[in-house]
Amino acid sequence: MTGVDRISPDVLDLDLQDAEVERHLSRTWGTSPGFWGAIATVDHKVIARRYIATAFVFLILGGLLALAMRLQLARPESRLIDPDRYNQIFTMHGTNMMFLFAVPVMGAMAIYLVPLMVGTRNVAFPRLNAFSYWIFLIGGSLLWLSFALDAAPDVGWFAYVPLSGPQYSPGKRTDLWAQMITFTEVSALAIAIEVVVTVFKQRAPGMSLDRIPVLVWAMVVMSFQVIMAMPSIMFASTTLILDRLVGTQFYNPAEGGDALLWQHLFWFFGHPEVYIIFLPAVGMVSSMLPTFVGRPIFGYLALVMALITTGILSFGLWVHHMFVVGLPRMGESFFTASSMAIAVPAGIQIFCWLATLWLGRPVFRVPLLFIIGFIVTFVMGGMTGVMVASVPFDTQVHDTYFVVAHFHYVLVGGAVFPLLGAIYYWFPKMTGRMMSETLGRWAFGLIFVGFHLTFFPMHILGLQGMPRRIYTYQPELPWSGLNLFISISSLILALGFLVFFVDVLRSWRHGLPAGPNPWGASTLEWATPSPPPPYNFLRIPVVQDRNPLRPEDKELPVAAGLRVDRRELLVTSVVEALPEARESSPQNSIWPFWAALATSFMLVWSIFSPWAVVWGAIPVAVALIAWFWPKGTPEDEA
Amino acid sequence: MKSRIVLDVSKLPLHGMGNASLTWWGTCAFMLIEGSGFALAIAVYFYLMSMAPEWPINAPAPDLWAGTWLTILLVASVIPNILVSSWAGKSDLRKVRIGLVVMSLMGILPLALRIFEFPALHILWDQNAYGSITWVLLGLHTTHILTDLIDTLVLACLMFSKHADNPRRYGDVEDNALYWNFVVVAWLPIYACIYWVPRL
Repeated sequence: MTGVDRISPDVLDLDLQDAEVERHLSRTWGTSPGFWGAIATVDHKVIARRYIATAFVFLILGGLLALAMRLQLARPESRLIDPDRYNQIFTMHGTNMMFLFAVPVMGAMAIYLVPLMVGTRNVAFPRLNAFSYWIFLIGGSLLWLSFALDAAPDVGWFAYVPLSGPQYSPGKRTDLWAQMITFTEVSALAIAIEVVVTVFKQRAPGMSLDRIPVLVWAMVVMSFQVIMAMPSIMFASTTLILDRLVGTQFYNPAEGGDALLWQHLFWFFGHPEVYIIFLPAVGMVSSMLPTFVGRPIFGYLALVMALITTGILSFGLWVHHMFVVGLPRMGESFFTASSMAIAVPAGIQIFCWLATLWLGRPVFRVPLLFIIGFIVTFVMGGMTGVMVASVPFDTQVHDTYFVVAHFHYVLVGGAVFPLLGAIYYWFPKMTGRMMSETLGRWAFGLIFVGFHLTFFPMHILGLQGMPRRIYTYQPELPWSGLNLFISISSLILALGFLVFFVDVLRSWRHGLPAGPNPWGASTLEWATPSPPPPYNFLRIPVVQDRNPLRPEDKELPVAAGLRVDRRELLVTSVVEALPEARESSPQNSIWPFWAALATSFMLVWSIFSPWAVVWGAIPVAVALIAWFWPKGTPEDEA
Repeated sequence: MKSRIVLDVSKLPLHGMGNASLTWWGTCAFMLIEGSGFALAIAVYFYLMSMAPEWPINAPAPDLWAGTWLTILLVASVIPNILVSSWAGKSDLRKVRIGLVVMSLMGILPLALRIFEFPALHILWDQNAYGSITWVLLGLHTTHILTDLIDTLVLACLMFSKHADNPRRYGDVEDNALYWNFVVVAWLPIYACIYWVPRL
């Protein structure tokens, strides 16, 4: 952007015709062509699309690992994969799916949808957003690089000490795992800050707290959970590296440390993590459902309260992952009660959705199929959740395939099904093209049936005593028939995902044009063309109702009076969303990319030497200063 | 869809101050993250203490003087810090410049004292879990001071440059002052843990 042919700062969009506003805004908010333009962009939609695509690539890779495990377990005494590689594979599968797919993809949906749904032009701190993506990409690639080099972590996705400590895990495998955690946590924390500030301060005028879409509420609660929970895992992974690198004694019982401390720290993060993945998914359900039943969501207030309650309760459950380590009876009873209590807000949400379906006229398009698949599957996962919340039952099935079945039901059923529905729902917005209804039905059918055939029998295997994480089993054990059945069923599930990806790629190029609002939905992201222009909205919408786009409305009420020569958006008050300022939004910049490279360099180096933190911090500081130093652009005026 | 202009925002200021500023909220969110981190580190301190038969483990309690002087200094630094913030609120560039130089010194001095704090612990990080957590607590807070010092130094340079006289910069000065207050407040429980809990 040069200042040469700029319009005068005194000219506001009030004085201009729509076509002229469009011309100026496109130039002001656009991404420059070419490689460096792509690297420097801070457009939340571009970054979110990259984030989503990258996360789905990790999903495919993690899915291939799952197929490899199923191939290995299809028959007893299989020698396809040796035990060491198998350890790497299940560790990679879990780590990858949690840290590189589920959490980032939900954050990515947030940074795509939240600014559009609250009616603003970019996220708060767009450069931090760019930084977040690069950190995520580099961290994820590093983990997979280590796997390619046969040096991937092999201690399970929660890396319990002492197995992951210096004595039992020599080499750098565990350090790579721990540092990869740092990468993904930094990127998640960055997104959380952006989402919270975007929702608190950049909502369209009139979008008071009680008019915020449920999905946006879910993303806010998720962000607060990230903010409170992620420091725990960062503390844990950092102290693990310190134990391994410089000989601190946090997890060494011989010198006053404690192995259970690791479990406490890990699960204090790990349990909210489940809800960090799950809450955005239920937010998606609550936001999609009204569109397909032709009526507003039933119980808006109850749904929002349930989200917040779940967010708070999720911090009081972590010990239920540790029922067999021998904690005081009183503590176990408390955590049993809290684990069962969280079923209450989950139940409230389910009844609100059922009521919405009951009172409306459901139109069974693909997103609604995924929603129904979600409700069925998640309720089943929730039932086994209440079962394992009880200490005696948990003691029986701990570390068996029963638990594997349970968490795949809640995570795949509770988060991946709504996510796939959400992709079908928002794909037209993101690309301007519809996905195929026929292929979508096939994808849903295969995934739903394949999922249940794959994971339901695991409950039985678990009750029959098959432990998780074993690389093979003996033929005399009564497990081989079900294992073969599961392995074959997993192919159906994989085929379903294949159909889904084929549909995505095909529709990207050849899908039918979507238009701005193909579903007749009522939230603000549908008030702008598909895909949205770089500035999102030609004029910032003014919100007068919880459902700002009603079918009977012919015009969208908007605000005007913003500059078009600089990136400008509206800052509004937290509660009532009354306009407070015409704030500028940062321009594209290459520095977040350099800062991410410098940070990655420091983090990787610090696996090998503590001095990396000292010397590696210098380029980080230089990049950050260059990032923040004012460049004399119109965005710096005030 | 056609649009209908119902609101004219042209009279609004070009930058919000205080809690109308996005960076103020960003700073608060960072403080929440770091506050959670510190709270957790302190929880770990007490957890390890509850596990140990004696506390401190195989070491005398730390010497008080360096840490206590640093605490006094940090608490005292709040006064010029609040002054800088209020001068920034009044857009008084000359005073803000002086204040930022003072606050830069107020960041350097504690770091000088911090050098004496580590040996005053009478234990190394690798001797036992007590040593590990005390070093990590002290190390975390040192990083905290250091990052805010660099922030203050950069901001001081900025306020002597042509970009200085701008509401946006004054907002940055206020946010930086807010953050320094947090650095001070976060230290107090850590100070109590490191220096006084072993004396209980």
